[in-house]
Amino acid sequence: MVLQPSLKNCLRLSCVLRSPKAGFRSTARGALIIQSVSNDVYQNLAVEDWIHDHMDLEKRQVLFLWRNSPAVVIGRHQNPWQECNLRLLRQKNIKLARRRSGGGTVYHDLGNINLTFFTTRKKYERMENLKLVVKALKALSPQLDIHVTDRYDILLDRHYKISGTAAKLGGTSAYHHCTLLCNADKFVLSSVLKSPYKGLKSNATPSVPASVKNLFEEDPSLTSEMLLDAIAKEYATQHQIDHHITLINPADETLLPGIINKTKELQTWEWVYGKTPKFSVSTCLNMAYKDSVLDVKVNMDVKYGRIEVCNIDLPEQWLPPALYSELVKSLTGSKFCPNETTTLATTLLRVCPQDDELHSRWNLLCENMRMLM
Amino acid sequence: VCIHRVRSCSSIRVIKSKYVCVFDKSALKFSHQQRLFRTSAVSCGQIVQFKLSDIGEGITEVTVKEWYIKEGDSVSQFDSICEVQSDKASVTITSRYDGVIRKLHYSIDDIAFVGKPLVDIEIDASKGVASEEDVVETPPMSHEEHTHQEIKGHKTLATPAVRRLAMENNIKLSEVVGTGKDNRILKEDILNYLAKQTGAILPPSPKAEIVPPLPKSVTVPAAPKDKARQIPVPVSRPIVFSGKDKTEPVTGFQKAMVKTMSAALKIPHFGYCDEIDLTQLVQLREELKPLAEIRGVKLSFMPFFIKAASLGLLQYPILNASLDENCQNVTYKASHNIGVAMDTEQGLIVPNVKNVQICSVFDIASELNRLQSLGSAGQLGTSDLTGGTFTLSNIGTIGGTYAKPVILPPEVAIGALGKIQVVPRFNGKGEVFKAQIMNVSWSADHRIIDGATMARFSNLWKSYVENPASMLLDLK
Repeated sequence: MVLQPSLKNCLRLSCVLRSPKAGFRSTARGALIIQSVSNDVYQNLAVEDWIHDHMDLEKRQVLFLWRNSPAVVIGRHQNPWQECNLRLLRQKNIKLARRRSGGGTVYHDLGNINLTFFTTRKKYERMENLKLVVKALKALSPQLDIHVTDRYDILLDRHYKISGTAAKLGGTSAYHHCTLLCNADKFVLSSVLKSPYKGLKSNATPSVPASVKNLFEEDPSLTSEMLLDAIAKEYATQHQIDHHITLINPADETLLPGIINKTKELQTWEWVYGKTPKFSVSTCLNMAYKDSVLDVKVNMDVKYGRIEVCNIDLPEQWLPPALYSELVKSLTGSKFCPNETTTLATTLLRVCPQDDELHSRWNLLCENMRMLM
Repeated sequence: VCIHRVRSCSSIRVIKSKYVCVFDKSALKFSHQQRLFRTSAVSCGQIVQFKLSDIGEGITEVTVKEWYIKEGDSVSQFDSICEVQSDKASVTITSRYDGVIRKLHYSIDDIAFVGKPLVDIEIDASKGVASEEDVVETPPMSHEEHTHQEIKGHKTLATPAVRRLAMENNIKLSEVVGTGKDNRILKEDILNYLAKQTGAILPPSPKAEIVPPLPKSVTVPAAPKDKARQIPVPVSRPIVFSGKDKTEPVTGFQKAMVKTMSAALKIPHFGYCDEIDLTQLVQLREELKPLAEIRGVKLSFMPFFIKAASLGLLQYPILNASLDENCQNVTYKASHNIGVAMDTEQGLIVPNVKNVQICSVFDIASELNRLQSLGSAGQLGTSDLTGGTFTLSNIGTIGGTYAKPVILPPEVAIGALGKIQVVPRFNGKGEVFKAQIMNVSWSADHRIIDGATMARFSNLWKSYVENPASMLLDLK
């Protein structure tokens, strides 16, 4: 089945969503399969929110298929500093998103497919969904050695993780989504999911690292499109509906009223970083200054992504005490973010005495503080 | 299509609740079908223990991850109470009752048990307690509504009190825009909707209806006269505004700006403004833009302004100086590190182009491109943001003509450039021509800079910018 975005298909969804009569007449009875035309992680996560908040899943369950351009997605209650290499993400322009479901951190790119199974809370059944996926994969490529673990992972060859699961329950609806590695960039995946930050202590949900493999490595004939299609077909069979995939555009405010605000909210600093559970940083800066190396102990408490408490153990008089206290005062309450630290430190520098020695010490300290964020 | 002849009522299943509504009878004086009401709630209510309901999949315990409310907060039915997590599933627990939170049974990261109390809610005595089952809401139907409206696959969230208000006023909840959490419809939304409805029904105010006296030769149509006689009494209705003041602490970068600007206040500023004719520069830039693009650089006006400023600073180095804290010494800075004010998400940041005195206009343009892209990505480094000696602020890209810029310590001068406007001017022959005019506003530290110096610098800068060819003579 060739999947190409078409206006006709988009319009049909509005009929299907709004008028059950048309819905009953069409064959989307009991269930609906939709696929996003966008590869933007925030837009796609917003679609999940929208369906969760607005669709009546009693009459019709939904399967949502989506893929994203390179992005790291952390779970609802996770700590991005603990989970990934934020410096590398910024350098490579890889997006960071926090989803609303629980679970661990994953790397998405176009070689990874995402499946979301929407049901009412009563019909929430993760194992059934994953068995459906395995059945679809085996139909496509019968020699694959894949099975579902009791942690809701799908393993290839008993050892390599090819899919991770997370879920969100609220009100009367629920969704279970999972990833599936077809042909993702494993090199980028392993480098971005390795955190360089030391001395972090938190109660945030930790990810469980696993060895991963692409399905493509087992069966080079497989593509992401084929996997999406096979899973849609199996879903259609099991729900007794037509194997028809409706394409939706997550930027369409008319079709999905309120979607633009949902997308915006997912991109705010307050959501992505500010929702990090309280954590502490206890580490030592090794600052190379002139001919020696200074060991500077740093202790910080970070709550809602902002520095609540900041202690920097500098040698006495290394910075004038008044300036040091000014720096600490400014850092307290500011975002735990390298850009914020740079701008506030350079702005404060304007009111420091014009002393080259002082300026270079100040800049050195700030550069090192940045590295923690 | 089957038309349901159903009595106007909200079909809420399995709810046993009573509401006390006091109608404000004084508001009934106008002829429109509209009522205002107040609910009166009695404070001493019963405490109900809201238990953690079944999550599914046989789960018996979860971890409490976030509280959305605290003790003493009022909650409405469907408000989010907390977020719990169990084995990769994040669950939003919503309130089943309207009331006040009296006790939280768990702290963050505690394990909570299914079937055990999660929070204690004090419910108003006048309202009953909703049943234990999940309530599935359907929008109220009037006899005009068709079947397709009933089953939209669209849930409208609203408390029973709000639904009743809508029902009393014959409002379809599906037509009201909800502004609460999860697009919940609040009482204010119903009242706003009502306000809009009444506005639409009422004819325009009397002022608009006054018909001007017409000359006798023109036949006056009957309609306006009739309308003029029917001037209605404007509806007076209390304005409902439910906005609240929001107080936030001043933190981080903002705090640093407070410090810097307070220090800037100590500098005695004087201003000097002038009008610059950019007609020739506009033409020059048009010619050079494609050349720069071939080299991969976007060319704006700023590189010209910056280079001209540097040439001016060579003649008037005191403007590129710094006064020490005790006003004892003036340091004439050798490098012209010209700062460019940039408006970013965070606010005003000022990266600078280093050593403009040895840069070509193209070098400056290229460096500006680099700083601009780093600025918008929030990735400017320390060295980009420090060491500035003189600043230009191109506020004109946003708007404005004349400004009163504030000097950024430890500098002693700053220029603000307004927007370019096309205005008529006289040329040498006394003819009117179209001129591209921009205004510049300088501010300088009057402790070490006098008006004459500033004026002369400005004139020199103006001459370079108005006649770009003259820059060639002095370029190093």
